[in-house]
Amino acid sequence: MTDSGVGPELSKDDSGAQDDIPGGGPLVVLENVNKHFGELHVLQNINLTIHRGEVVVVIGPSGGGKSTLCRSINRLEPIDDGTIMVDGKKLPEEGKDLARLRADVGMVFQSFNLFAHKTILENVTLGPIKVRKLGKQEAEKNAMELLERVGIANQAQKYPAQLSGGQQQRAAIARALAMKPKVMLFDEPTSALDPEMVKEVLDVMTSLAHDGMTMIVVTHEMGFARRAAQKVVFMADGQIVEESTPDEFFTNARTERAKDFLSKILTH
Amino acid sequence: MDVLFDFTPVFDNMGDILQAFWAVIRLTVTTGILSLILGTILAGMRVAPVRIFRGAGTLYVNVFRNTPLTLILAFCALGLSDTLHISLSTQSTVNFYWLAVFGLAAYTAAFICEALRSGINTVPLGQAEAARAVGLTFFQSLRLVILPQAFRSVIAPLGSIFIAMTKNTTVVIVASYVESAYIMRQLFEEEGATIPMFLAFAIGFMIITLPMGFFFGWLAKRLAVSR
Repeated sequence: MTDSGVGPELSKDDSGAQDDIPGGGPLVVLENVNKHFGELHVLQNINLTIHRGEVVVVIGPSGGGKSTLCRSINRLEPIDDGTIMVDGKKLPEEGKDLARLRADVGMVFQSFNLFAHKTILENVTLGPIKVRKLGKQEAEKNAMELLERVGIANQAQKYPAQLSGGQQQRAAIARALAMKPKVMLFDEPTSALDPEMVKEVLDVMTSLAHDGMTMIVVTHEMGFARRAAQKVVFMADGQIVEESTPDEFFTNARTERAKDFLSKILTH
Repeated sequence: MDVLFDFTPVFDNMGDILQAFWAVIRLTVTTGILSLILGTILAGMRVAPVRIFRGAGTLYVNVFRNTPLTLILAFCALGLSDTLHISLSTQSTVNFYWLAVFGLAAYTAAFICEALRSGINTVPLGQAEAARAVGLTFFQSLRLVILPQAFRSVIAPLGSIFIAMTKNTTVVIVASYVESAYIMRQLFEEEGATIPMFLAFAIGFMIITLPMGFFFGWLAKRLAVSR
């Protein structure tokens, strides 16, 4: 399960990780995590280790717990029991400590969730100015570089509603990157997009992956999984059913559940 | 009949009437600012993650929204000042002015809180999640992301509350001992029954409140958040 070759190799941090804890050890560790929504047991005894620089794609049928897993890592969904460690530290319960942890964990949502009353530039600089206490000028300079990188620097002064879905999602990625996170969570980042906009977002994500960012991506984009991921996690009915490399998973899935899922999505 | 349509008392007392309206404007501005601050704090309490804050906010709103304004003001003037001897100034007129302002602000804040809370409910949950995901604390998300959007969606109803508050200043004037407005009270009592005096005051209030209504309508359109 632990593919230790991946960690050290890609961990030389282009990811912008702060150097408070030097290189060693996995970045995100989930141990015996359980979560219920009322009667529904959405996360059942989840164990998962994500190394530095690793790109993990989580796939599986709807309602299988993929999003909940992703959201539990920065505690947007509190868990019932088990432990989640990020960079060697246990996830705090509430308050300032939790806010500090969230600053180190970038999150990209299905519905973008850009701040509707702020321009794209203000969206990207808000966190660095208010949380990282950066000066406005420095924050804006960094933000413009990031917007350049995701290809929407010319939209910086517009409001989110004036942008296309693909542009909004790229702005949301820039907003998350501006915090220089240790790990990025993507919760179905392309599911709300028109088909012709999916590629521009996936391209940004692929280039991030190649730059060594640690990423956890919940997606239905099998092409992205093959191209950019080191690990595929297949989830169904609240459990991790299968965990392997993309090649192995797509050509030679071990479980019936995974084979069944793949036959449904790959044949149409 | 002649007395009914005789406008001379209005012109004779023009100075007093203007002075009375000046008192209304001063009361409106101070009370407006105070109630807006208090109402915002209360709305924050009502959506806070801490249960005690939520409970306290709910209790406050339910008490003040359901108590007649005259009762609150009478309590401020008689209860706080005369019985409990709570004094905000050594000068009794200043003391009563502020007691009246606090009474009306405390009352109005309950309505502002509820309007704002409904505004907060119009802000999609994703906005708060994104704010928290960036690492903002609860207070920061509220101040920087949620409230600015909530305010923009409830400017029109806030306008109605402020107009009601402006007119409620008359209750303050009648129910307490605000001296600068004593003239108005006297005019109400001595000349209030005449149609000219009634018209003078009705028009005077419209001069204040109609532009307020237009202003808030314009502001609501201008600051609307597009999604």
